[in-house]
Amino acid sequence: MGRTFSEKVLSRKAGRPLRAGEVATVSPDFYLSHDNSSAIIGEFKKLGLSRVAARDKVVIVLDHIVPAADERYAANHKTIREFIAAQGIRHFYDIQNGVCHQVFSEASFALPGTVIMGSDSHTTTYGAFGAFSAGIGRTEMASIWATDEIWLRVPETLRVEFSGTFPPGVSAKDVILKVIGDHGADRANYEAVEFAGPSARHFSLASRMVLCNMAAEMGAKNGYFEPDEKTFAWLKARAKNDFTVVTSDPGAAYEAVLSYDISTIEPQVACPHTVDNVKPVTAVAGTKIHQALIGTCTNGRLEDMEVAARILKGRNIHPGVRTLILPASREVYLDALKAGLIEIFVDAGCVILNPGCGPCLGAHEGILAPGEVVVSTSNRNFKGRMGSATSEIFLASPATVAASALEGRITDPRTFL
Amino acid sequence: MSQGRVWKYGDDVNTDVIYAGKYTYQQLPPEEMAKHAFEDLDPEFARNVKPGDVVVAGKNFGCGSSREQAAACLRSAGVRAVVAKSFSRIYFRNAINLGLAVLQSEDAPDALKTGDPVEVDFAGGRILSGGRVFHFFPLPASVLGIVEAGGLIEYTKKRLADKSRG
Repeated sequence: MGRTFSEKVLSRKAGRPLRAGEVATVSPDFYLSHDNSSAIIGEFKKLGLSRVAARDKVVIVLDHIVPAADERYAANHKTIREFIAAQGIRHFYDIQNGVCHQVFSEASFALPGTVIMGSDSHTTTYGAFGAFSAGIGRTEMASIWATDEIWLRVPETLRVEFSGTFPPGVSAKDVILKVIGDHGADRANYEAVEFAGPSARHFSLASRMVLCNMAAEMGAKNGYFEPDEKTFAWLKARAKNDFTVVTSDPGAAYEAVLSYDISTIEPQVACPHTVDNVKPVTAVAGTKIHQALIGTCTNGRLEDMEVAARILKGRNIHPGVRTLILPASREVYLDALKAGLIEIFVDAGCVILNPGCGPCLGAHEGILAPGEVVVSTSNRNFKGRMGSATSEIFLASPATVAASALEGRITDPRTFL
Repeated sequence: MSQGRVWKYGDDVNTDVIYAGKYTYQQLPPEEMAKHAFEDLDPEFARNVKPGDVVVAGKNFGCGSSREQAAACLRSAGVRAVVAKSFSRIYFRNAINLGLAVLQSEDAPDALKTGDPVEVDFAGGRILSGGRVFHFFPLPASVLGIVEAGGLIEYTKKRLADKSRG
């Protein structure tokens, strides 16, 4: 019987044939951490080692609260910079670079067939490039720094097959919200989610990142798209290391197969306070908003900025709405600048934030007051996440958020097409 | 076995309501972390939780962020165990790594209510409450070694020592 991508990639790493459910100890290709590196350093020091085991596998991106919002965050960053200098860690990206998942991808640490561990739940993102990548906690990362190893249970795989083409006004975000809404926030708990089917090739790399990023919101250990000509085109200009493409065998055993015809999907919105509380935009249109956020590691790439700019061009943001633009990285910011998109945003009345996590996790740069409502392209709408426990977060696509920013209410973006 | 009280919550209790993002990168000491546990879900919890109490919830407990403080803050608050129908995978690993007992039970979550007396018989795999007996699934063999060592840091120290002895 054939094997899934996850079975094959972990078998290769472990040096013995593995099936779902088995446990193996493997050595990851790269390990990512961010502002939580200072906590990892604290745990690492408890182990009594002077050096990390494989410093060239350590990738650190400062992105969560950048620039430091107060003295405590500043001290946190300082601890990290000092450790990096002392250890001779080469792969360090300071505050000017953007969200770790975008920076890590642009720097091409995410390669097909590799195993990546990150101390961030959205580490699932690199499945977009055909990598096996999963989120872990801080103590676990300290242990990896010390041993260059982690034990992993080989996950079962849920396959999601796409057919059809994107209708106008519908994008990857609507597709993944639809899947999560239909099947629940724990549908893929402990599992791999493989995005496939005849229309998988219609998803741009940026869109694949949206799906793999939000696989975490189904509880998934990792997401996966089989590498194709789009992947190789992206890697051609960037990959610094060799890689071996790993794909699922025909006849591999899946826990289940879900099928979606993209042509039938409407713009979707995840309503407060869970990501699986999903409704078509038409069901919540008219809900008054106070803030709009376009960007983040979920939807802060150039294609997202382009969609938003098309809707905002020559128009003005509703006077009752603060609209925040958060490019996922410095590269995206520069591309958007060169394409004239930033000018469109500023003209429309948007605030441009520096690339990073911004207000998504509720620590700075646009915190919500009691009773306020935000519509956001980010990935989580948990109660109180972006500020007051009585504020509300609606999640949607860049097109829906841009349209809503103009109207001051949640708005079907198809009215602007 | 020390007796405690049940704190009962629902399905999909996420890491933001267990421990808010605004505290996550502040490196607070354990006793400070305990004060913010469940802040946006149940402000009574941090005020009234006692050592030996047990958090009981439905499915997918700890979904969301990988922040480890969502496990650490409950341990600091003296929580003896979290009993749930299922756990999100990162939370499960974090809890094991920090030595917070995470017990998967089919029957206890539906039956137990906030305020019920509760004790956990770890050796017997049982949850006891006012004469009622519930069961939890034993931990997978792959993680028992970590639990027995007292968490991942101790476990890793032991492994490093074993390796250097060759």
